[in-house]
Amino acid sequence: MALNLAISILVIGIALTLIRLVYVIARTGKPLKPTGRGASQPIGTLIVLGSGGHTAEMLNLLGRLPKDRFSSRVYIAAATDNMSLQKARLFESSLVKEAGEKVVEASQFFQIYRSREVGQSYLTSVWTTLIATAHALWLMIRIRPKVILCNGPGTCIPLCIIAFLFKVVGIRWSYVFYIESIARVQRLSLSGLILYKLHIADQFFVQWPQLQRKYPRAHYVGCLM
Amino acid sequence: MGDTEDGSKPKKIVFVSVGTTCFDALVRAMDTQAVKQELFRRGYTHLLIQMGRGSYFPTKFGGGDGSIAVDYFTFSSSIANHLRSASLVISHAGSGSIFETLQLAKPLIVVVNEDLMDNHQSELAEELTERKHLYCSRPQTLHQTIVDMNLESLLPYTPGDATPVAKIINRFLGFPDD
Repeated sequence: MALNLAISILVIGIALTLIRLVYVIARTGKPLKPTGRGASQPIGTLIVLGSGGHTAEMLNLLGRLPKDRFSSRVYIAAATDNMSLQKARLFESSLVKEAGEKVVEASQFFQIYRSREVGQSYLTSVWTTLIATAHALWLMIRIRPKVILCNGPGTCIPLCIIAFLFKVVGIRWSYVFYIESIARVQRLSLSGLILYKLHIADQFFVQWPQLQRKYPRAHYVGCLM
Repeated sequence: MGDTEDGSKPKKIVFVSVGTTCFDALVRAMDTQAVKQELFRRGYTHLLIQMGRGSYFPTKFGGGDGSIAVDYFTFSSSIANHLRSASLVISHAGSGSIFETLQLAKPLIVVVNEDLMDNHQSELAEELTERKHLYCSRPQTLHQTIVDMNLESLLPYTPGDATPVAKIINRFLGFPDD
């Protein structure tokens, strides 16, 4: 009897989890209803930076977004990347100069362990990815962003998967926007491929038409640089 | 017209950039007599190499004597200034370096590093070569690329714009258009 009960509870639990999972996947990628709300409701935004051109592309995009809506910005870069957060700080201080006190809403800067260094083998990446994931979980619990902007560095994968799990569990509903790097012309990066295939990105952008033909759910938006 | 006497010749700089890592094969290729002579023949007077973490040091040379002057440094916070003063840029295939150079409207030869494991970098260089914005080369073909290149045939690059992405993101989140 007790065993039967345990099994039924387990089955119901699995069924509910699956239903929730399907719901989350179905809802991901659906736009929010347009509302009249303007600058009144700022959105906590997580911005994932990365060396090798990623940061420059990301700051270029941020320059085009209304800063008062995407405020309380949190920047994350790899622990081995010294330049990116410095560039983000410069960007933020240039905003303060530009707009005065209106955007001083403190932005935050974090470093994160990388899941994979350039040139590291995919095998040892498994272990380093685990460590990076634990660190990412800790950061995500602290930040709980509403919007995640990323464009390819491997550090965005654990963050985006955790954001997805937060949606399943009901901790925080967030929106992931992925802009594939301009360097990717023929093939998606590993990060891009994962977020595309797993339907984790709400909106997926590519900068070259060849990629859009291969990945029809992506938006082709031309070069950002 | 390349082999006139020195003296009154205006300064024409070739700036070579390997980025944040090392790319000895490129620095070595730049340091060959064939490449240096061809650059000098084409009217370039100075060769400045940013060699990063590389272990191959090119031979410094003060210039004159019918040869190009050669100088190098490892890193600099003012790469932008070096790009601006250059007449020709020879760069590794990183997208940051490529677009910084194109946006300054400088003629560019991108040299692909074939020693990198995940070599997606050639994709961008090849696409931009097809669109005639730059020349793409490898360390072992660099000399031939310089011999064959015709900088007049390069097309200027129109910088891209992130506005379409920003618009889609805004609309997706239900924000009204401005």
